[in-house]
Amino acid sequence: MASPQWPKADKRLHIGKPYDRLDGPIKSTGQAKYAYDVNVPGMLYAKVFPSRYALADVNSIDTSAAEAMDGVKAVWIDEGVLGKEVRYVGQIIAAVAAETEELAAEAIALVKVDYTPKEALIIDTDPSLGSGRPSEREEGTPAEAFEAADVVHEGYYGIPVITHCCFEAHGQVCDVNEAGAQFWPSTQNVSKYANGMGESLGVPESEIKVDCQVMGGGFGSKFGHDKWGVVGGLLSKKAGRPVKLMLERDLELMVGGNRPSAYGTVKVGADKDGNVTAIDAKLFGTGGNGGYRPPPVPYVFTKIPNQLSSGQRIQTNRGGQRAWRAPGHPQGCFITMAAMEDTAAKLGMDALDFFKQNLALTNRPELYAQELDIAADMIGYKEKAHLRGDSGDGPVKRGLGISIHQWGGAGHPSECDVSIHADGSVECRIGTQDLGVGTRTCVTMVLAETMGLPMDAVKANIGNNAYPISGASGGSTTIGGVSSSTRLAATAALNKLLDVVAARMGEDALSLEASNGRIQVTGDDSKSVTWNEACAMLGTNSINERGVNEPGESTKMGLMDSGVGGCQMADVSVDIETGVVTINEMVAVQDCGLIIDMKTATTQVHGGLIMGVTYALFEECVYDNRTGRMLNADMEFYRLAGLKDIGTLKVHMMTGPGFDERGVIGLGEPPVISPGAAISNAVANAIGLRVPELPLTPDRVLNAIAKGGQS
Amino acid sequence: MQDFEYTAPTSLEGVIGLLSETWGETEIYAGGTDLVTCLKQGLTAPRRVVSLRNVKELKGITILDDSIEIGAATTLTTLLGNAELAKHATALIQAIEGINSKQMINVGTLGGDLCQRPRCWFYRNGYGLFGIEDGKSLIEDGDNRYHAIFGNDGPAKFVSASSTGPALIALGASLIVSGPEGERTIAAWDFFQTPQSESDRETALKSNEVLTKIIIPKNETQSATYEIRHRAGLDWPYVTASVAIGKEGTKVVLGHVAPTPWVSDAAGKALNGRVKKADAEKAGEVAAEGATPLSQNAYKVAMVKTAVKRAVLRATGQEEEA
Ligand SMILES: Cc1cc2nc3c(=O)[nH]c(=O)nc-3n(C[C@H](O)[C@H](O)[C@H](O)COP(=O)(O)OP(=O)(O)OC[C@H]3O[C@@H](n4cnc5c(N)ncnc54)[C@H](O)[C@@H]3O)c2cc1C
Repeated sequence: MASPQWPKADKRLHIGKPYDRLDGPIKSTGQAKYAYDVNVPGMLYAKVFPSRYALADVNSIDTSAAEAMDGVKAVWIDEGVLGKEVRYVGQIIAAVAAETEELAAEAIALVKVDYTPKEALIIDTDPSLGSGRPSEREEGTPAEAFEAADVVHEGYYGIPVITHCCFEAHGQVCDVNEAGAQFWPSTQNVSKYANGMGESLGVPESEIKVDCQVMGGGFGSKFGHDKWGVVGGLLSKKAGRPVKLMLERDLELMVGGNRPSAYGTVKVGADKDGNVTAIDAKLFGTGGNGGYRPPPVPYVFTKIPNQLSSGQRIQTNRGGQRAWRAPGHPQGCFITMAAMEDTAAKLGMDALDFFKQNLALTNRPELYAQELDIAADMIGYKEKAHLRGDSGDGPVKRGLGISIHQWGGAGHPSECDVSIHADGSVECRIGTQDLGVGTRTCVTMVLAETMGLPMDAVKANIGNNAYPISGASGGSTTIGGVSSSTRLAATAALNKLLDVVAARMGEDALSLEASNGRIQVTGDDSKSVTWNEACAMLGTNSINERGVNEPGESTKMGLMDSGVGGCQMADVSVDIETGVVTINEMVAVQDCGLIIDMKTATTQVHGGLIMGVTYALFEECVYDNRTGRMLNADMEFYRLAGLKDIGTLKVHMMTGPGFDERGVIGLGEPPVISPGAAISNAVANAIGLRVPELPLTPDRVLNAIAKGGQS
Repeated sequence: MQDFEYTAPTSLEGVIGLLSETWGETEIYAGGTDLVTCLKQGLTAPRRVVSLRNVKELKGITILDDSIEIGAATTLTTLLGNAELAKHATALIQAIEGINSKQMINVGTLGGDLCQRPRCWFYRNGYGLFGIEDGKSLIEDGDNRYHAIFGNDGPAKFVSASSTGPALIALGASLIVSGPEGERTIAAWDFFQTPQSESDRETALKSNEVLTKIIIPKNETQSATYEIRHRAGLDWPYVTASVAIGKEGTKVVLGHVAPTPWVSDAAGKALNGRVKKADAEKAGEVAAEGATPLSQNAYKVAMVKTAVKRAVLRATGQEEEA
């Protein structure tokens, strides 16, 4: 009998090994079909009409000229804004579907909207413009603690709104008719993409088919079908033809979701030995026209005994925020770790010593201590470290910075069907999706592992809502969820097969195992049949078993767990005459329980570091404060790091005893949390003062140097 | 994008014959790396696009006894591979190296680089060359971090995008322009002009003229370009400085600080052939004098000092190792 528990290290066939992504070749050769690449016969192209104003009454929408154009097959108007307001530039007011993309663009140019513009709120850097009451929290006796502190540091920190900037824009191809509907979206949520769509489209939800085999990034911005999903569906229904509607880059950046900003002052109190005793954070920021939750400060050092914090939302007339990889954490991390490092500098203490000194204030002191030591070795901390600003004469200063982070990462509810056929073939069906991270590969590994078969003997079918329901891919919940459900289903299916084989072989099913392509008496391959011989015993039947991941149960069984910690360090050079910050090296040390595919796990951390370098050095949404237009809604001034910008990246995954037996834990969010903090700390260490805001562009660095830092 | 007629004549005459007397009715297409973007952004909606791709006489490098002639439609990659240019026009070659994208320089031409439109984000987002909405400048109290710190007292506050322009001015290059009335020669520093109205362009070209040649004198000059850039890939510099130190004197020309390349005569005079580190530093200080930064770009003044200093040190082989 096979047990669903994960095999011990010496019994693992695939798990933990570094495997390439199975869909790597079709992606790198252009064969993979992303939503944008789906072209079906008779397909029309849709374009949308975005609001020009950040806040305006919409008096009328005139699409008659567009409708009259040859080649225009359907027009849609947002009745919901007619006679009401548009609340941000880019808000979709109307749409057309036409025979070609060019015709659709021409038709959109003919749409006339009569607006009455109103004064909008765009800037998010003035807390007095906040709406509603700030949230407030108090723990211990902060006032007294600050009074008693030997050292009090106070600083201002800020991190602006950035976007997800998915390489594949939001959107879908769809075909909606009386009989039903087919959607090919770019989504993080195949199983539940269509939820809530039926009523808007006038199609029973059970009749909406969704398929997404590969997708080009979501980072938290692609959970729903969105307005453009419904609009595309309605255009398709009206025209009686399939419709492609993908956002263009400017709208992608303006309305496809963004990460809220966070600014504010932080006060930290410590005793002369470097023990932090109190923290006070007054924060504010914007989620555009979406909601706002102030980031968690203190972050990781959550056990600081005396705390005060407040968070003020500024509701601006900009596109709304969406979950951005580890919502709130990169902001909370940057603000907390920067304030901590500044406090260490004020004490004249080495930052690593200071962090270690305060690990008792975290939930995982031993883990962080271990990780900090490993990271320090990897980056050569002992040889390179210096106290803040102690970095020599020339114009180019070098510095090191540290940050630590945390995440949950428990697997989501997930169901998986596994079939074993008489011809020996094995497949699973699971309504999950692969955002590019390797989910397909990991599901295949778990399936092959359980059956004791090579990777190419099994097949994982994912990305379709006809398959058993699996959760949305967000919050690092996928790997734990799909690994558990696949393991449970595969074990159940295998045990059915073992029953059949046991009966034929005259053995007790309890004594059988699947190993290296055979079914055998455990540990004795002289009493065995090949996998194919075993499956042939099914005759005209096949085995179909469902595995259901109930997170609580699976956690108890040791299949999955939650709660990870990581540490990152940055080595940077700063030219104080140009303000240019260069990354020399980043190291990341991360735990995530049992690792299924060592390679995709490592590259996930690489990806997090790269995305982190990008928001630390380059990314920000620049809005015009009068028109509300995002001025850099393009790939020219919305800068992303390139290969030459990221320096050397080194990753160490915590594995083995103490980690493996926890089961599988998610890794999507953790590696992107710390880079902003680590890089900002490294810059402060190099140049002797804090550049208070990210990204660390030359202008910000020079301005901070000109001011001589903050008091 | 409005439909247009695409033409690709085989002679310069043919090109000129197809150009309109009014800006915007026709546009010249060299490598197209900027023009196509402008078409997509709706910044121009010509009825005809005239390509230079088949005009052989506009391509290639000719080495003469006392000068080097470059056809305006020669790609930047071609220039990079030329040993004579490396020797006599180091500042130009270094400016091209700064563009830092093989794809861009493989199709982008020197003429196109000199004639490209500003990258001001107000302009590129449809608020006109001067960034005006409801009669008021969006630039003055908007996000002007990349805008001009010199020559910005008029309505034009963008910066000239070309980084080869300052190098050519420093090298004393002249430009040949052809139109229906024949040919004229314009000194590189006269070629760039600050528009006074929305419909003006940024060069001395008329709408029916073609830039045909760039002539660089073979002087005994030491020249260099130093650019302050952040991202390593294709991007724009914050500030550039091109310097040429020769018998006739020293020229210092700044890029990305004004609506045209910005010649700092004072910095040239301050150097006057002296190139010790202290002189280079002094030249930087002098070059930065008189800057009139906008609300968000005072940092560029500090950059000017650095860029000039480092360009001088670079030209004279005294570059500091980072
Ligand atoms: C992200 C990005 C970063 C860049 N960074 C830099 C940089 O750092 N420094 C820099 O200098 N450039 C930079 N460039 C610009 C690039 O070098 C230019 O786009 C390119 O050189 C233009 O050449 P082209 O032949 O493609 O011009 P085209 O796009 O064909 O033409 C540009 C303009 O010049 C006109 N034109 C072209 N040739 C002639 C002619 N012979 N006579 C009259 N008019 C003519 C066209 O009508 C058009 O208006 C960058 C571009 C991008 C997109």
